[in-house]
Amino acid sequence: MLRKRSLGLLRNVFAWVLSLLMFIPLLLIVLNSLKDKIHANTMSMALPRKLEWSNYSVVIKEGKLISSFFNSLFYASVSTVLGLLLASIAAYVFARNRTRLNRAMYLFVILGIAMPINFVTTTKVMQLTHLMNTQLGIIVLLAVISIPFSVFLIYGFVGSVPRELDEAGIVDGCSPLKLFFAVVLPLLAPVLVTVAILNFMGGWNDFVLPLYYLNSSDKWPMTLAVYNFFGRFQVNWNLVSADIVLTTLPVIVIYLLGQKYIISGMTSGSVKG
Amino acid sequence: MLRNKTYPFYFTWPTLLLYAVFFVVPGLIGFYYALTDWNSYSDQINFIGLDNFKTLFSSGENYVSYIVNTLKFTVATVVLKTGFGLLFALALNEGIKFKGFHRVMIFMPSIIPMLVVGLIFKSVLNPATGLLNESLRSVGLDFLAQKWLVDVHWAFKSIIGVDTWKGVGYIMIILLAGLQSISRTYYEAAEIDGAGAWQKFRAVTVPLLTPALVVTTVLNLLYGLKVFEAVYVLTNGGPGYATDVLYTAIFKEFSMGRYGVGTALSSLLFLVMTIVGYFVVRLMAREEADH
Repeated sequence: MLRKRSLGLLRNVFAWVLSLLMFIPLLLIVLNSLKDKIHANTMSMALPRKLEWSNYSVVIKEGKLISSFFNSLFYASVSTVLGLLLASIAAYVFARNRTRLNRAMYLFVILGIAMPINFVTTTKVMQLTHLMNTQLGIIVLLAVISIPFSVFLIYGFVGSVPRELDEAGIVDGCSPLKLFFAVVLPLLAPVLVTVAILNFMGGWNDFVLPLYYLNSSDKWPMTLAVYNFFGRFQVNWNLVSADIVLTTLPVIVIYLLGQKYIISGMTSGSVKG
Repeated sequence: MLRNKTYPFYFTWPTLLLYAVFFVVPGLIGFYYALTDWNSYSDQINFIGLDNFKTLFSSGENYVSYIVNTLKFTVATVVLKTGFGLLFALALNEGIKFKGFHRVMIFMPSIIPMLVVGLIFKSVLNPATGLLNESLRSVGLDFLAQKWLVDVHWAFKSIIGVDTWKGVGYIMIILLAGLQSISRTYYEAAEIDGAGAWQKFRAVTVPLLTPALVVTTVLNLLYGLKVFEAVYVLTNGGPGYATDVLYTAIFKEFSMGRYGVGTALSSLLFLVMTIVGYFVVRLMAREEADH
């Protein structure tokens, strides 16, 4: 009994150690974002003596954070909506009408989960479609790379929506398109929320696409802006920290609000639900 | 026939078209451009056969070491994330208070942009003032303090360490979900048969956790082969070229305007990963048939 209890205690201590190990680097940044330049230089865990909120206003001005915030928001939200539409309608047809062709196309699409992007030749396609260095280009690419995993998740879910509802819709005289948008899509809400949150975070966190395909700084999202800011202000860790906090805050907020959906989405497919 | 009317194939055209044009086509035309001297200095693109590949594998160049680094990174992160993830999952499987809180904390690094994680650890791993070395010194372990990202012997290991820190929580959560789906009755039955802790682990846990372990391995494998940001932000391939991987090398070729060589590297990766992907897709399609 005693042994069991001490084992339980040990497990709980271990859980706290792990949580701290994951949290300390993040806390380090928050603490130093509130120090003055000299004290932030050593990047220690010491508490700030005086809270330098001004770091944040400096960063917002110098790092062009307002415009890059709205760029990130724009890229992440529009690409999420576009990707969601493209993925859900395809997954719906693949799952409902299991012809050979649909089966093959489903496999072809989810093969994209493994396929790497050829960033070099994508430039060619971007030039041909006049999307190089445009905001639309980033949105299209973000939406397209989200398709394979989204189709995989939604395809699995469509199977659990009873087909009788489709038949009822047809009897009521729905057109195929209306059947999808008015009857089926609302029923897919749980999986769509999960996919939307994952894709939004993916779009927000993305750094590589703008690195390759956006050269004007007024189109940069927050990730690229913070990286550039780091290059210019390396010695001012207080400012860099404040910039990091502001870049990360939106994802952390979304994560804390939607963690149930995020964790289930990121682990689904792996464990049968 | 009615089905083709209710769920018409043309609904999928926009999806298939965009996916093909912006994802698959660049991959495929890569095999052609890999055989050309395409670059940013001239408008002409000439067919040069296998010259780019000869460059990649010639002894005067470092490309082979980038491939080796990519493989090293992949194997190391697969082993470390699976190993630690399993260990943590087993430790936290039962009897934990504030479970939800710990889950949120341990998963947190997975959702933060890799770019940000890289910047944070550039500070933490700073040889002079970084939190890691300072902590080691303060407990008298000075000899363990290294020049993490600067020393050739430590730079790549440090990148692997940071990446494991970021990714292990995700793997742990998947394995934890796998562990909790194992019915207690198996363990009770094994206990009645007189099995000890190790025997229960080997005869019950491992076999029933195998599907989850396969998934985490596949995820880590696909991620490892495609790694870019972790290396780019932490060392940008340095010191020298010691920590360059495929995707950072591709980006360097791209920045220098040597598109032909960049495409040749990309196409190698594309070929390998599409073959891996074929087996992954078969696995995923089979799992879903089982359910």
